[in-house]
Amino acid sequence: MSTAFLTSWKVRIGLGILAFFCLLAVFGPWLVGTLLGLDPRENDTSVIAQPPGAAHLLGTNQFGQDVLAQVVAGARGSMYVGLLGAVVGTAMAILIGVPAGYYGGKVDAGLNFLTNLFLVLPVLPLILIVAGYLEGTGITTIALIIGFFGWSGGARTLRAQALSIANRDFVRAMRMLGERGRRLVFAEVLPHLTGLIASMFLHAMIGAVMAEAGLAFLGISDSSAISWGTMIQSAQQQSAVLRGLWWWFVPPGLCIALIGTACALVNFGVDEIANPKLRVARPVSVRRAKRLARTGGGA
Amino acid sequence: MPRRWRFLARRLGFYLAAAWSAITLNFFLPRLMPGDPSAGIVDKLQRVSGQQLSPSALESIQKVFGEPDTNLGRQYIDYLGQLAHFDLGVSVSNFPTPVSDLLWQGLPWTMLLVGSTTVIAFVLGTGIGAAAGWKAGSRFDTVVSPLTTFVSAIPYFWMALIGLWLFGFQLGWFPLSGGYDADLPIDFSPSFLLSVLHYGALPAATIVFSAFGGWLLGMRNMTVTTVREDYVLLAQAKGLSNRRVMLRYAARNAVLPNFTGFALALGHVVGGALLTEVVFNYPGVGYLLFTSLQQRDYPVMQGVFFLIMLTVLLANLLADSVYALLDPRIREGG
Repeated sequence: MSTAFLTSWKVRIGLGILAFFCLLAVFGPWLVGTLLGLDPRENDTSVIAQPPGAAHLLGTNQFGQDVLAQVVAGARGSMYVGLLGAVVGTAMAILIGVPAGYYGGKVDAGLNFLTNLFLVLPVLPLILIVAGYLEGTGITTIALIIGFFGWSGGARTLRAQALSIANRDFVRAMRMLGERGRRLVFAEVLPHLTGLIASMFLHAMIGAVMAEAGLAFLGISDSSAISWGTMIQSAQQQSAVLRGLWWWFVPPGLCIALIGTACALVNFGVDEIANPKLRVARPVSVRRAKRLARTGGGA
Repeated sequence: MPRRWRFLARRLGFYLAAAWSAITLNFFLPRLMPGDPSAGIVDKLQRVSGQQLSPSALESIQKVFGEPDTNLGRQYIDYLGQLAHFDLGVSVSNFPTPVSDLLWQGLPWTMLLVGSTTVIAFVLGTGIGAAAGWKAGSRFDTVVSPLTTFVSAIPYFWMALIGLWLFGFQLGWFPLSGGYDADLPIDFSPSFLLSVLHYGALPAATIVFSAFGGWLLGMRNMTVTTVREDYVLLAQAKGLSNRRVMLRYAARNAVLPNFTGFALALGHVVGGALLTEVVFNYPGVGYLLFTSLQQRDYPVMQGVFFLIMLTVLLANLLADSVYALLDPRIREGG
């Protein structure tokens, strides 16, 4: 598994896009601030709802704020929610799925019921209700809620994998040597699941970015925070659609779509390595094979 | 055969337990808030509306969220009793309309919009997916599959906004919001039904566009795997027509996971269109949840969640049953 997946062009492009957005989230706001002298929160009333131009590369919104500066600041907000939500969700999936599969019996019965329960609960409406009850939902709270309700799918996959690993010879041998249970699970079983967990983490990240955007769109967010979701929400609230201010809501959505595509590309590449049946012949080699067959048949 | 029934009985038990857990969660969520839940809700409501609540509204809130002096066990039993009669309390922002009335008003709209689009997206996606997977690596496959990947990565509500802007605002082909022409009386007259179609076309198109990609990719990958199975090779070796092998042998087995997915998707008919209904101001259950959230109308919020949860659990049970009937290999576990 280790680095073999880097040979796939899908994985490389996907990781490249993700790296770009990570760098943008970390250094972007500082770059935009010092190089272009733009502040995402500054209201310049002399340039309200300007289309993209030289002074404002992506135009300005209804409040006279620079859209480019907001997109860059939003990258930090959205990536923060994505990472935190994914860390929480993946950690819960590991803590619940792996012991369930490894120990079996009563532990499994209990944990598996919990997993199935969260699997069938309608997550988005539930998050909405919970966030509706909580006062002052900051961006961190949103990320924690998203992670807390989004682990069940991953836990089920990990349970199945842990189940198969727990019955392999090396684990049995270690158990007979008297290795303690918890150390066995985390030091011996877990490392065999890293590939799976990595791809799960990516899934969880794009899931959290999308969920945050959806929740912000429904008005569940911290109004002072800037994320791609809050940008689209404020555009919607100021009827940007009906007034044709497309440059306000197109860029943030496009960024989310790009990150989603990047995650999907990485996962495709990993899947194709794990399951060679999915790896299809490249069009070039298909054509060459056909030509060979034709000339071979003619000769 | 008995093994199959035992499997279903066990699943039924699970769904009863799940329903009970969710109902209990719905009961405890507001009561987990610090302080007295009904007082907290009254407080928030008065802040949102900026005026004092009427005594009768106060009473209805206390009925749903509990009077501070009654003990929790008593409240819980009362709550279960009310749910058994489908008594979900009274809306606070539309006082004194019962929550169940609001749900019945929204339900047909949501069922119509999401029900029809779920079926269309499933048929379309599965069909194209089978074609792409049958000839994996063909020009059709290399164009369609990556394109679909990108489409599935687009956040739905954003795509809906773009659709609204392009086809509603720029081109003016479709109305910008609502579910029907408000000037017409609500009945089954042709002109009213036509307006329903006209208003529903754009929201429906956005749902189909965003949903069919998932079916397509799932079906494609399953077909790619099935096509290489030995029995498909055998069928081809027997000299059966290409079409027959594709439909009768490959697609028939590949479609199984998609079919369970379809049963599950039916469960999301009620809750799944939340964002669609918000973007298009469509008068369904999702929009009801959205407005109740904004007005902090807790009884309505809880009622909508209760309804969504029931449909999801029912659909899951249905999906399990379908699977047990279709796939003889189904055993315990799951």
